[in-house]
Amino acid sequence: MLPANALPAYVTTPGGFLLVLAIILPVVAVLAMLVLDPRHARSVVGATILAGVAAALAIAEELIRTGAALIYVVGGWQPPLGLALRADGLSATMIAMTAIVLPGIAIFARGLQDLKPETRNGRAPTTFWSLLMGVWSALCLTFIGQDLFNLYVALELLTFAAVPLVCLDGRSETMGAALRYLMFALLGSMLYLLGTGLFYGAFGTLDIRSLSAMSDDRPAVSVALALMIAGLLAKAALFPLHLWLPPAHAGAPAAASAVLSALVIKAPIFLTLRLVAEVAPTPMAAIAGKILAILGAFAIILCSVMALRQARLKLMIAYSTVAQIGYLFIVFPLATGADALPPWGTIAWTGGALQLGSHALAKASMFMAAGIIAEAFGHDNIRDLSGFGRILPLSAATFGLAGLSLMGLPPSGGFIAKCLLLTSAVLGGHPWLSTTILAGGLLAAGYVFRVMNRALATPQTPLIIRRKIPARLEVVPLILALLAVLLGFVPLEPLGLLQIGRPDRPAETMP
Amino acid sequence: MTLGLDLTLIAGLLALALHVVIVRDDRNAVVAFVAFGLLLGLAWVRLYSVDVALTEAAIGGGVTGVLLLRTEALIRPASAAPTASRRSGGALAAIACVLLAGGLAIAVLSFPNPAPTLAPEAAEALGRTGLGNPVTAVLLAYRSLDTLLEKIVLIIALVGLWSLAPETLWGGAPELHPTAIPEPLVYLARVLPPFGVLIAVYEFWVGADAPGGTFQAGTILAAMYLLVLKAGLRPAPEVKRTALRVLVAGGPALFLAVGFLGFLMADGFLSFPDGAAKPLIVGIEAALTLSIAGILSLLVAGPPSKAPAP
Amino acid sequence: MIASALSSANLFGLCGASLAGFGLFIVIIHASLLRRIVGFNLLGAGIFLVFGAIARRGAAAGFDGDPVPQAMVITGIVVAFSATALSVALLLRLFGLTGRAAFDAPPADASRQDET
Repeated sequence: MLPANALPAYVTTPGGFLLVLAIILPVVAVLAMLVLDPRHARSVVGATILAGVAAALAIAEELIRTGAALIYVVGGWQPPLGLALRADGLSATMIAMTAIVLPGIAIFARGLQDLKPETRNGRAPTTFWSLLMGVWSALCLTFIGQDLFNLYVALELLTFAAVPLVCLDGRSETMGAALRYLMFALLGSMLYLLGTGLFYGAFGTLDIRSLSAMSDDRPAVSVALALMIAGLLAKAALFPLHLWLPPAHAGAPAAASAVLSALVIKAPIFLTLRLVAEVAPTPMAAIAGKILAILGAFAIILCSVMALRQARLKLMIAYSTVAQIGYLFIVFPLATGADALPPWGTIAWTGGALQLGSHALAKASMFMAAGIIAEAFGHDNIRDLSGFGRILPLSAATFGLAGLSLMGLPPSGGFIAKCLLLTSAVLGGHPWLSTTILAGGLLAAGYVFRVMNRALATPQTPLIIRRKIPARLEVVPLILALLAVLLGFVPLEPLGLLQIGRPDRPAETMP
Repeated sequence: MTLGLDLTLIAGLLALALHVVIVRDDRNAVVAFVAFGLLLGLAWVRLYSVDVALTEAAIGGGVTGVLLLRTEALIRPASAAPTASRRSGGALAAIACVLLAGGLAIAVLSFPNPAPTLAPEAAEALGRTGLGNPVTAVLLAYRSLDTLLEKIVLIIALVGLWSLAPETLWGGAPELHPTAIPEPLVYLARVLPPFGVLIAVYEFWVGADAPGGTFQAGTILAAMYLLVLKAGLRPAPEVKRTALRVLVAGGPALFLAVGFLGFLMADGFLSFPDGAAKPLIVGIEAALTLSIAGILSLLVAGPPSKAPAP
Repeated sequence: MIASALSSANLFGLCGASLAGFGLFIVIIHASLLRRIVGFNLLGAGIFLVFGAIARRGAAAGFDGDPVPQAMVITGIVVAFSATALSVALLLRLFGLTGRAAFDAPPADASRQDET
């Protein structure tokens, strides 16, 4: 009767159970840490990270080997009554990116905690580990969920794990920042949930595959998509809904800032992409793409200017996050504009994925470097940091290498990403988008060089070192920054990996 | 006749909501919201969703109301100071809200007829679970992953809540009861709990086949426990205690264990072996009921406010 | 019978739509954070009523409503409650540290980090 019935059923693929492991392993860690004494938390997290990284690698390997999406039907209950998990090339890339960045941050956090052994098993460190595992589980589910309500649960898990990260150090201004973040995120979840309900009312299913076959231009679909995308934008801090982000990301402890800015913010963006590219009917996707691109362009320009004007290093990096997020939204019209190619076949799609990955690596390393600087000197006022490069050469190098990606200079993942986007904008006839991309690069150069200038300057009064930083702590962010540079060596063309499992047509996903 | 009842109910809900919008002081607003919660329970009965009505009355109205009233009393000094609500953006906000409500109304009125539904599929699959209550089947079989992860959401919220305690108090006990405890409260706290536990056990037991189930039972247990704490009959436990943490983690852990058992004994994660579905589900529900009671009462009790014993 | 069930469901759906509007208005306009938390709860109640209307419309196969959206509402109510609990705890901590129960002006850009 319904077109949904015409779609063949989901079939669990041989490697499908790996998807369950990706979600559930961190959950096991959360429960274990709840019951065990705090001093075991680090071993639990260590073991979970090893297993989780192995699962992420196995997912990528299985996907490349079979050339088809991984599917798992949970409990054997077929959607739309039950839930399915599905990883295509883009999902697997996101899971792999998380599995690189998150362990890096965990090693850094461990090293930072070791500087103060007396509080190592105290409130903030122990809570951090539980929340980190919660974030990981939620991110994996966001990347592989196939059911809109299941994805709502993922978003809520992410919110509840992310918000307390902001105020772990207990200062009053971070409490305010956390509450503001929670309110934006809750509003976002509620609008998303409302849209989910409308989809169910209109079609009787929340399965994304069925919805992409059924959705049309009836009013309920327009209202639902508008609500859901608006909600996700509030969570993604797209201009003008970005006001909560700088105080929250800049106020959090260093490792938490890295998690929030590099990873957490990517989940709502990923879902927006899925809604626009898969669920929205074509005319609506075109309108949404235009609006998102305009907001993205404003974000790039205005928030880069704001970043230039910040006195504090961490606030500058946080504003840079809002600006860099803008690039991800100008992908929408570029990827969906070409009639000859499906979105995932365009260079803009690859450029967007690269921007996502390289920003995650660069921003994580930058926030960690800023954390090291704040720890070493007791403050992060850019003006008073003259000569910090002589005392912390590795962190200064980290900052510079990560900066390459933000500016879009070669060699870096950010360069390839912005180059692909720029090419796509020029070819597609979007002169104002190409201008924005170039201007954004110049502004980013401005704020990165401002810090590098300080790093290399000769101070009038020598910097006072409050705490000595062991070199191995500086190495972790440096490695992530180097990886962001290495991403610059992928070929300048649409990546095959990102096209596995697309489009979600059962004929191509059946084993 | 029934139309009249529905319209009265709806008018009441809207009037209370409007009251919450325009009333000046927060206390009035919170009281109106508690009344709103009770009316909302009735609305759910009118929508023939008794399961939701029970949950809404217990959590939406009851426990949330207690939480908000207590908070209002604690922060009254701050709210007594005149806080200018932002008049500047008023018109813009009103337009946004009218757009939201209008868009929703259009969407609701445009739903297809006959309405798409999964009720037939849910009914058909009910046989495989051995359950009689379809809502329980959705929560614990068809979409059990949602339910499992929602428990993790609760636990993460609890961990986050505990982390809000000042450094020296972390792991200590929350404090609920006021310095002067009114006599009737103590009386209630002595008399009610046995009945509450009885109702909870009943709700849990019928939940497999009739409206009711683990949330409702867990909430009633939580309410009874909070009453006992509030009357000062028992001190609140230190949140670092292992027994308490095992209680909180027990339900989800059992759920997970049964889920993994599905890899060995049935066709995969969270699937139940043939014929064993109902006893397994009832077992999971029992453990979940206790965990939910623990989590909900601890969420209401708030972050620790007394230093832990060494 | 079916027609009346539909109209009753639609009435509650429209009621939910208006409640969501009221809730959003409170969240945007009120400075008091406690009032905003109440507003979130109103918004949530409105959303759940829309779900309830959808469930009631989907009555079939001998059930008085579609159990799937009903179950989603139960999950949603519990998640909304934990959101309320977390926001209230944050609000009380903010109040304990600063004596305020509202956000101050948007944070100044140059606010210095504590020398802790």
